[in-house]
Amino acid sequence: MAEFLQIEGVSKSFGPFQAVRDVTLSVAQGEIFSLLGGSGCGKTTLLRMLAGFEEPTSGRIFLDGRDMAGVPPWSRPVHMMFQSYALFPHMTVEANIGYGLKHETLSKTQRAERVREMLDLVQLTPFAARKPHQISGGQRQRVALARALARQPKLLLLDEPLAALDKKLREHTQFELMSIQARTGVTFIVVTHDQEEAMTLSDRIAVMDRGQVQQIGSPTEIYEYPVNRFVASFIGSITSFEAEVMARDGGALRLKVPAFGGEVTTKDANFAPGSKVTLALRPEKLVITKERPSGNAVQGVVKDLAYFGKDSLYRITLASGALVQAHAVNQHRGTETQRVADWDDQVWLSFDPAAAIVLGA
Amino acid sequence: MRRRPTFLLSVLAFGFAFFYVPILSMVVYSFNASRLATVWGGFSTKWYGALFANKQVGEALLLSLKIAVVSSTIATILGTLAGIALVRFTKFRGRTLFSGLVTAPLIMPEVITGVSALIFFLLLASWIGWPVQRGFTTITLAHITFSMVFVTTIVQARLLQSDRAIEEAAMDLGSRPWQVLWDITLPVISPAILSGWLLAFTISLDDVVITSFTTGPGSTTLPLLIWSKVKLGVTPDINALATLMVLCVGIGVIIAGVVMNRAEARRLADERLAYRSQA
Repeated sequence: MAEFLQIEGVSKSFGPFQAVRDVTLSVAQGEIFSLLGGSGCGKTTLLRMLAGFEEPTSGRIFLDGRDMAGVPPWSRPVHMMFQSYALFPHMTVEANIGYGLKHETLSKTQRAERVREMLDLVQLTPFAARKPHQISGGQRQRVALARALARQPKLLLLDEPLAALDKKLREHTQFELMSIQARTGVTFIVVTHDQEEAMTLSDRIAVMDRGQVQQIGSPTEIYEYPVNRFVASFIGSITSFEAEVMARDGGALRLKVPAFGGEVTTKDANFAPGSKVTLALRPEKLVITKERPSGNAVQGVVKDLAYFGKDSLYRITLASGALVQAHAVNQHRGTETQRVADWDDQVWLSFDPAAAIVLGA
Repeated sequence: MRRRPTFLLSVLAFGFAFFYVPILSMVVYSFNASRLATVWGGFSTKWYGALFANKQVGEALLLSLKIAVVSSTIATILGTLAGIALVRFTKFRGRTLFSGLVTAPLIMPEVITGVSALIFFLLLASWIGWPVQRGFTTITLAHITFSMVFVTTIVQARLLQSDRAIEEAAMDLGSRPWQVLWDITLPVISPAILSGWLLAFTISLDDVVITSFTTGPGSTTLPLLIWSKVKLGVTPDINALATLMVLCVGIGVIIAGVVMNRAEARRLADERLAYRSQA
């Protein structure tokens, strides 16, 4: 079955610079799909190719079975919400939302009705007659969303939809975006550099780096099972160590980790004995104890400690000099003297074999 | 005790005096009853009467206004298009040449522009028999060529500031490029277009050099009239005319100030409105 949106081997070069390299991915109807990556990773260029502002240098894009090559932006059933919102400053909120509708064969009353619906959807009815500079940033964002949704696009492209909002508003708006998506059923493609935003919003994420897709998967897959070091370090924080596979025994690997001065056991990674690998550990998967636990454990000294309230971040120096980050939830109420460990304490770090990520070096 | 900055104050006073004493004395002498421009002969408004009775002055003013309106309007249309072309179409054949040609009149000495326009019109007359006589049309054409660049520069600056994304958004919502120009680009840059027009209008209205090269018999603009009258000695009716012009400019400046103050107040009110609606 042909997917709703299919991107096949798309590349884009600007002179000698390759912004997007051989991207192939598909998006199902009604999905929220994120393109996640740092600046210059090609995510925005890919989005602009979907909108029709750029033509791919090679490769093809199919939307609902139709080849989009050569289709200009004004004829695509794709609308975009711009990072700057790009509201028309000389038009009212109402006129902004209704702008795209003048290209549709609608009667005046139908058009007014649609604008009213959209205003209602984003809860801006009382502000219909205001100009963009007379409303707040969060409201502008909603006008931009309503304007892009007014023509009922097949595909909505959102370029850093929350980047311009402050933190508190961002969280609220995230859920609002998701509920609006659920109500309208429009397929969303979101470009973002913010991994938390991508994780909460998306059904699936494509992590991009230097124009290439590194991994496509659900937020959990990407976080728990990254396929390479870039993805592992881009999503969440992580500490990596060089390691060598000593033995493979069924589903388990014995790894020699020079930084630990010993060996550890990990699970489900297909590497042959003798191969060089990377052992990656997420801070929250590490357990800090004063006594030596059984299983994978390494000793270190607490060098730094940051108290966040609900949890604390420990930076622990191992005997080899390597630095490890570990998170501990502050489960018990107490003062400084009662926490798991304090500055300069000797502690043991341990982790479950299944919690460790093993990647190719 | 603080020392008074006597030196600074006197420099300031001298500077202002240098600017405004000539204008002030001109205003005062426009009410002079004497025929001699430098001898005070008592208060009188007779030169204003003489001025209004003078048909020549009225005709010259009308011609100047006509030329200014037509030339600045055409210059604004052409200049705006050139500005849009230079900012929005970054890649076309001969763009550098075009950009240079558009801005050249800005640095070209006016005398050169005037002489070359005159030679051009003379050649044209001998080749195709037009213009038979220099006057309104030739002056207007010459004014367009050198005032267009001011419009282009202002429009260019405004466009460079404006967010390209709003044009893309309009395109994304179904508008073709021409429609985007009409619906979005032109309204957004309209203040720049208006100030370009005003600048072109002003430049045309008080131009002497280029006008004197491209004018012909019977086509005397106001600046040319004043210039020719002054050559025969400054008469008090010129003072009266100049005083009226200062008055017009003064009123214009006051109106502009009030409008700007209001706009600023509205902007602040809008900002407060936006802030209040945040909740």
